[in-house]
Amino acid sequence: MEPSSRQFPVRAHAALENPDLQAAMGRAKGGFIDKRRLALERIPEFDALREAGREIKEHTLSHLDYYLEHFEERVTQSGGAVHWAANAQDACRIVVDLCRNAEARHVTKGKSMVGEEIGINEALEAAGIERMETDLGEYIIQLADEPPSHIIAPAVHKTRQQVSELFHRHHRPLGYTEVRSEVADLVNEARSVLREKFLNADVGITGANFLIAETGSVTLVTNEGNADLTNTLPRVHIVTAGIEKMVPTLEDASTLLRLLARSATGQEMSTYTTITTGPRAREDLDGPDEFHVVLVDNGRSQMLGNEFHPMLRCIRCGACMNHCPVYSSVGGHAYGWVYVGPMGSVLTPLMVGLEEAGHLPNACTLNGRCEEVCPVGIPLPGMLRSLRRRQFEDGLGSRRARLGLAAWGWLARRPRLYRRLVDIGVRVLSLLGRRGRFRRLPFASGWTEARDLPAPSGRTFLSAWRGQAKGAVR
Amino acid sequence: MKMPVRVGLFATCLVDLFRPNVGFAAVKLLEEAGCKVEVPPLQTCCGQPAYNSGDFKTSRDIARQVIAAFEGYDYVVAPSGSCAAVLKLHYPLLFPTDQHWRGRAEALAPRCYELMQFLVDKLEPGEPPPRCAGTVTYHDSCSGRRELGVYEQPRTLLDRVEGLERIEVEDGEVCCGFGGTFCVKYPKISERMVSEKADCVRRTGAGALLGGDLGCLFNIAGRLSREGSSMKVYHAAEVLAEMADGPAIGKD
Repeated sequence: MEPSSRQFPVRAHAALENPDLQAAMGRAKGGFIDKRRLALERIPEFDALREAGREIKEHTLSHLDYYLEHFEERVTQSGGAVHWAANAQDACRIVVDLCRNAEARHVTKGKSMVGEEIGINEALEAAGIERMETDLGEYIIQLADEPPSHIIAPAVHKTRQQVSELFHRHHRPLGYTEVRSEVADLVNEARSVLREKFLNADVGITGANFLIAETGSVTLVTNEGNADLTNTLPRVHIVTAGIEKMVPTLEDASTLLRLLARSATGQEMSTYTTITTGPRAREDLDGPDEFHVVLVDNGRSQMLGNEFHPMLRCIRCGACMNHCPVYSSVGGHAYGWVYVGPMGSVLTPLMVGLEEAGHLPNACTLNGRCEEVCPVGIPLPGMLRSLRRRQFEDGLGSRRARLGLAAWGWLARRPRLYRRLVDIGVRVLSLLGRRGRFRRLPFASGWTEARDLPAPSGRTFLSAWRGQAKGAVR
Repeated sequence: MKMPVRVGLFATCLVDLFRPNVGFAAVKLLEEAGCKVEVPPLQTCCGQPAYNSGDFKTSRDIARQVIAAFEGYDYVVAPSGSCAAVLKLHYPLLFPTDQHWRGRAEALAPRCYELMQFLVDKLEPGEPPPRCAGTVTYHDSCSGRRELGVYEQPRTLLDRVEGLERIEVEDGEVCCGFGGTFCVKYPKISERMVSEKADCVRRTGAGALLGGDLGCLFNIAGRLSREGSSMKVYHAAEVLAEMADGPAIGKD
């Protein structure tokens, strides 16, 4: 997916004016937040669990080379193959080659954010391979020809009415003539359309929630069971996963699973949790003939050990975006790439560059709610500030803002001059302020566009204080 | 005889420039609780605009200035959670390799407090309790709440005020959309956020909104005023010090 994060302000404004998007986001916001809160109330040990989860990820990251090799060994032993992709192009080439070797014409896909990150959809299309998304949300946005707007709920920006219209338009040629508008009917219609695709697929591509080094297994969670059909029915199963998905043991994966669903959807467990190890063995009733895991680096190893290292703990639950007031105002498409909300505002600049994604770390009030709800305690606001620092030191960002800041900084470092100038400034402003406020003020239009600016009350505190001390009034 | 606690008041630039009454209210509250309060004359700002814009060099210069001006006091108190959090939590991070200044920043850090946190956690409340008739709601600033854990303290103090009824606001944990330079860099998004906050605040039916951070209060008061609301907005210190008889924020 080509990044378009430069367009953030334009897209954000459009989103704020889009009634469908606002209706969909308004409903989603309460749902995610309330459900998570209730789930946490039922589990008093959540903080301890969060600490355990953080430690598992930190331990794994500090021995990542070991666990990755161990994982490869186990996958190979179980009859599968591991492929190493340094970047998105490598990853796509590997996946497309695997599809070609399998003479695949039809591919089903389970939801994979790494798939979006590496641009696998475009690569498959270029190779002439038909792709069908099997996650309901992904299927909806495939029909709408849009990218996901949320990492676990890709079609969260769509209203039921919009889905109903999409289905009617795309399913009518397949013989579904009735307009459905109830959720259950829409789900059933999608299920019936998809069923045939599942049976025809030559290759199934999924992501992974966790890679388990101990057993060489891949863990996937879904609420629709689509991943199970994607990884058992086709002849070939390909997993695309970032290298940071590694955990040492099954036990570790289960600790993180307890954090994941609660943080994501407020469920104790997702409806389906699938653990896949290798291709179909002789005694298995079903499963693919080939099992491939494509391990994607794509900039991750560059983050190991530097200030952005904690970002590699991310388990992609989406809690940060669900609780982000900016995300819930503008939706995911405004961010212009795969990862959205607070975690996306850290990852996108690191993966596509600050020139493209410079808005994202700035479009944040540093209110800290994302860090508070993160199940692995990632200091997201601190990292956004670090990105702003990189940006400043690289001379990026608006010239006007930099000049304004430089002038203010120059003055703030000269307290004596500062005091003299602000005493005059405050006096002038308080004379100009009518009725205690400004409705419009040059150089402060960003503020006064939406709100009045309270006027100063005549003297600065420090000069009034000095005056009192001199007059010994106190 | 016990020496009185010496407090250096970090007024904050917004109080200094826009609302001196909050500074005087803070001094009154601290003195009533037995502190000896001084206001170091060469203070400007905590440096947040530079720090949150990634200009760490300017931030460091300002931090040195603040540390030097305040390290001689027993405590540094600010009528703002976000400024206090910068002094307490962020100054030490600004000097990762400069041992000398990191040491000085770390020595100051544990002595930095938000005003209401200091009044409740470190002092005995002044007697008799203040009086103020009316219903109010209290807005928690994000920095104060999440970085410093200021939540119970303002409620404890306000609930002592005779005649005051306090109502909790819905979605109180949600940011008001101020965010320092955020509100002028992304005015439309900020407008959406502050409009939602103003709705929640108005729905409480309270006569006044109180808070501990002028940044948030200016944002919400400015929005309420733009929407034609008659709701009054004060810094909580003004009410606690019985100094809320003057014009509310943005009113004449």
